[in-house]
Amino acid sequence: MRIELFKRPQHSVFYTVASPFIALALMIVFGALVFALAGKNPATGLYLYFVEPLTELWSLHELAVKASPLILIAAGLSVAYRANNWNIGAEGQFIMGGVFGAALPILFPAFQNVATLPLMLLFGTLGGMAWGAIPAFLKNRFNANEILTSLMLVYVASLLLDWLARGWFRDPQGYAFPGSIRLPAAASLPDIAPSQGSAHWGLAISIAVAVALWLVMGRTIKGFEVKVMGASPRAGRYAGFSAASMTWFSFLLSGGLAGLAGIAEVSGAIGQLRETISPGYGFTAIIVAFLGRLNPLGAIVAAFVLALTYLGGEAAQMTLGISDKLARVFQGMLLFFVLACDTLIHYRIRLVGTQKA
Amino acid sequence: MKQGGKRGAAARPAAASRARGQVKAVRAVSSARRKAAAPLLEVEGIVKKFGEFRANDGVALRIGEGEIHALLGENGAGKSTLVKMLYGSLQPDEGTIRWQGSEVRIASPAEARRIGIGMVFQHFSLFESLTVADNIRVSLDAGFAGGDIAEKARELSHAYGLPLHPHSLVGDLSVGERQRAEIVRCLLQQPRLVILDEPTSVLTPQEADKLFLTLERLRGEGVSILYISHRLEEVKRLCDRATVLRHGKVVAQCDPRRESAASLAAMMVGANVAPVRRQPAAAAGEPLMTVEDVDLPAATPFAVALKDISLALKPGEVLGVAGVAGNGQGELYRIVSGEETIADNNAIRLRGRPCGSLGVNARRALGAAFVPEERLGHGAVPALSLAENLLLSRHGSDKAAFLGPLGLVRNDIVLDATRRVAAAMDVRKSGDNPDASSLSGGNLQKFIMGRELDRSPSVLVVNQPTWGVDAGASARIRQALIDLARSGSAVMVISQDLDEIFEICDAIVVMHHGRLSVRVPIGEATYARIGLLMGGASLGEVEAATRKPPAARPAVKVARAARSRRDAH
Repeated sequence: MRIELFKRPQHSVFYTVASPFIALALMIVFGALVFALAGKNPATGLYLYFVEPLTELWSLHELAVKASPLILIAAGLSVAYRANNWNIGAEGQFIMGGVFGAALPILFPAFQNVATLPLMLLFGTLGGMAWGAIPAFLKNRFNANEILTSLMLVYVASLLLDWLARGWFRDPQGYAFPGSIRLPAAASLPDIAPSQGSAHWGLAISIAVAVALWLVMGRTIKGFEVKVMGASPRAGRYAGFSAASMTWFSFLLSGGLAGLAGIAEVSGAIGQLRETISPGYGFTAIIVAFLGRLNPLGAIVAAFVLALTYLGGEAAQMTLGISDKLARVFQGMLLFFVLACDTLIHYRIRLVGTQKA
Repeated sequence: MKQGGKRGAAARPAAASRARGQVKAVRAVSSARRKAAAPLLEVEGIVKKFGEFRANDGVALRIGEGEIHALLGENGAGKSTLVKMLYGSLQPDEGTIRWQGSEVRIASPAEARRIGIGMVFQHFSLFESLTVADNIRVSLDAGFAGGDIAEKARELSHAYGLPLHPHSLVGDLSVGERQRAEIVRCLLQQPRLVILDEPTSVLTPQEADKLFLTLERLRGEGVSILYISHRLEEVKRLCDRATVLRHGKVVAQCDPRRESAASLAAMMVGANVAPVRRQPAAAAGEPLMTVEDVDLPAATPFAVALKDISLALKPGEVLGVAGVAGNGQGELYRIVSGEETIADNNAIRLRGRPCGSLGVNARRALGAAFVPEERLGHGAVPALSLAENLLLSRHGSDKAAFLGPLGLVRNDIVLDATRRVAAAMDVRKSGDNPDASSLSGGNLQKFIMGRELDRSPSVLVVNQPTWGVDAGASARIRQALIDLARSGSAVMVISQDLDEIFEICDAIVVMHHGRLSVRVPIGEATYARIGLLMGGASLGEVEAATRKPPAARPAVKVARAARSRRDAH
């Protein structure tokens, strides 16, 4: 017996919709296996991981806090990936967004008025764009592979942040601990409902941006250009579109949104610039983008699923004493299963009995 | 190698001539009792399914010893599928293959070669950066009696009238020479049956004549040949038997020498094809497009550099650009369409306006339209709908109609235009607005052509308008090109199909090694003349050659009915 992949004449509508759900189910099955192997009761583990965070209001707020940057980054990445520009460095662009945006209140603490926050968000976006522009330039100028360059720039960005948080940007009254001053109120994204939990207005920005991108992708000539360039660059050239411009557009958009997510995280959730500001949002957002079918609206839903794995990881660590790296394991399994299940959209699996020649 | 391998290929001509006597004797006997003797290859009831689609449905085929057997059929009739099963790269779902009387299962191409089936592919499988000898070496099966392959290849190639230098790089060879390398590689394995897939589609008429001599010689030695072609005059001239496929079934088996090209075409298509009507052109007035002295360096080591390209398209005429594949036609299309811009803005003019450094949409705005050679992935995006593919080439030229504020696409208006184009060109499709990939090659080409014609362009540049398109769609497309020209526009047709060029063009230029020949009006053009130009002769040499007695230049005359029906794999 052997397994054969059989190409479907048309892509399957059913599996286009069902594939993420099958992937989720597989992740839960194998997650249970992981709990069992770790010597824990799988039912308790899964409950703690995926259900308990949804039972209390404050933890729903936490969910929103975690989902918000994921939505923003993944919406931008969805567009870039559709255009066949593989920005893997959103984590670095996120960090640089935080650095650029937070530089304003840190270096000019006296500048506090209604313009402070909008300027910070603007600078954060520009910071992410600047970091995203580097792989775009290298790709267009030297034909350098953007996957490698954007990924390597993540480590440059995180070391730069570390250096700034311990040096130039450090709080002078901070007893030599790394980290900047606490951001003043004028430099903070306000909470949506401070009495209930910590969710801030970054969530609203994220959802608004995702909806806007969805409209751009589905209804405008720019979205058409993205689809054409991603599906067939030669046809794109025939249409008069430029591959170099599309690379710039993809990286500036996805980098800028990652940067915006970075400064929103710093000013809305963390409240200061620390030596690390991201639990890997930029990488997790890649999974979000794929789980959301590279559709900005899908990214909203998928972001909440992935945000849950962060919360579940923390819960499992506190209650069961399992490493919070488990969250990464779940995320990795999910990406793996999503990509594997996507095969079903274009192929059918057949079991073939081997005949003796 | 079961047979012959130890003998070594260099000995082949000698051995073959020794063996020829025996073969002839055998053939004399076998032809007397051909019905009784087992044929070399006998295929019965072959079925091959791809999903629900039956690419081959109960196909039967008999090839005798020393027979050149033609396999005819339109694109998608199942020829390639059948041949792939004979060569072991596909397995039949049902049916039997008998080889020299006993049933065989051909599990792989290596197995096919072992029993004596060789194949020369339409698309060559040679490494361009290796020499001919190295290419042969890497492809030989283990167990081949080694020795000096280069020397054997040289001897064999000369013995069969296919002169070849084994130490030259494949990248430097012409298409015809590459084909020789493929044939020699195949013959080194001493096959009993050689399968040739569209061998003359890349050759000049003169090169094709040389190939036929080689094939007739092989037949004389008792080697059988399965010959796939859409050029029916060739088939009539060369082949002993023909099997005609349509929709995966055998519809006829005949002696092509007793059929006319028209009757063979009717068997393939299943209906008579309307001939293209053409009134004489009245080309006059200022040229609508001019190209002056354009040079373009080769972009890659295997691309062709354009040199001194000059041409003028007059209103009312169809200008044909003939040439063997890979002589710079793709590059010419790119600079004319603006997919590749050039520094000198004045070198290309559309309706008098300089546009050399303008992109494709700016040239469309000046009234030009373009249809590239490849449908899927260049002229259309397979995964997008027809309406989106309409937008592909017209989002700039029809911006006012198709786009609203903020770049919003007016889907209803685009869809209306899509329906209009589909109706005008009789595009057969499933549903109102299906994906481009769901259309057959001919219908998609009709749609692409209709998309451009719908704009009534004053200049239309088409690269390979009917490549891989069935006969009915070809006729429709050709008629549309002529009608556009007669309405006062200028049409430029780049094509490797000489029949097509002779059928629709008012003047011909020939492309060779990146250069264009002078213009030959259709009244002065003959197959022999254009064929010599395709081979790189200058017009002066052509004049000298064509003044010789006609017997000295056996040009292939191909009937108009045998239109381009290339396989588009």
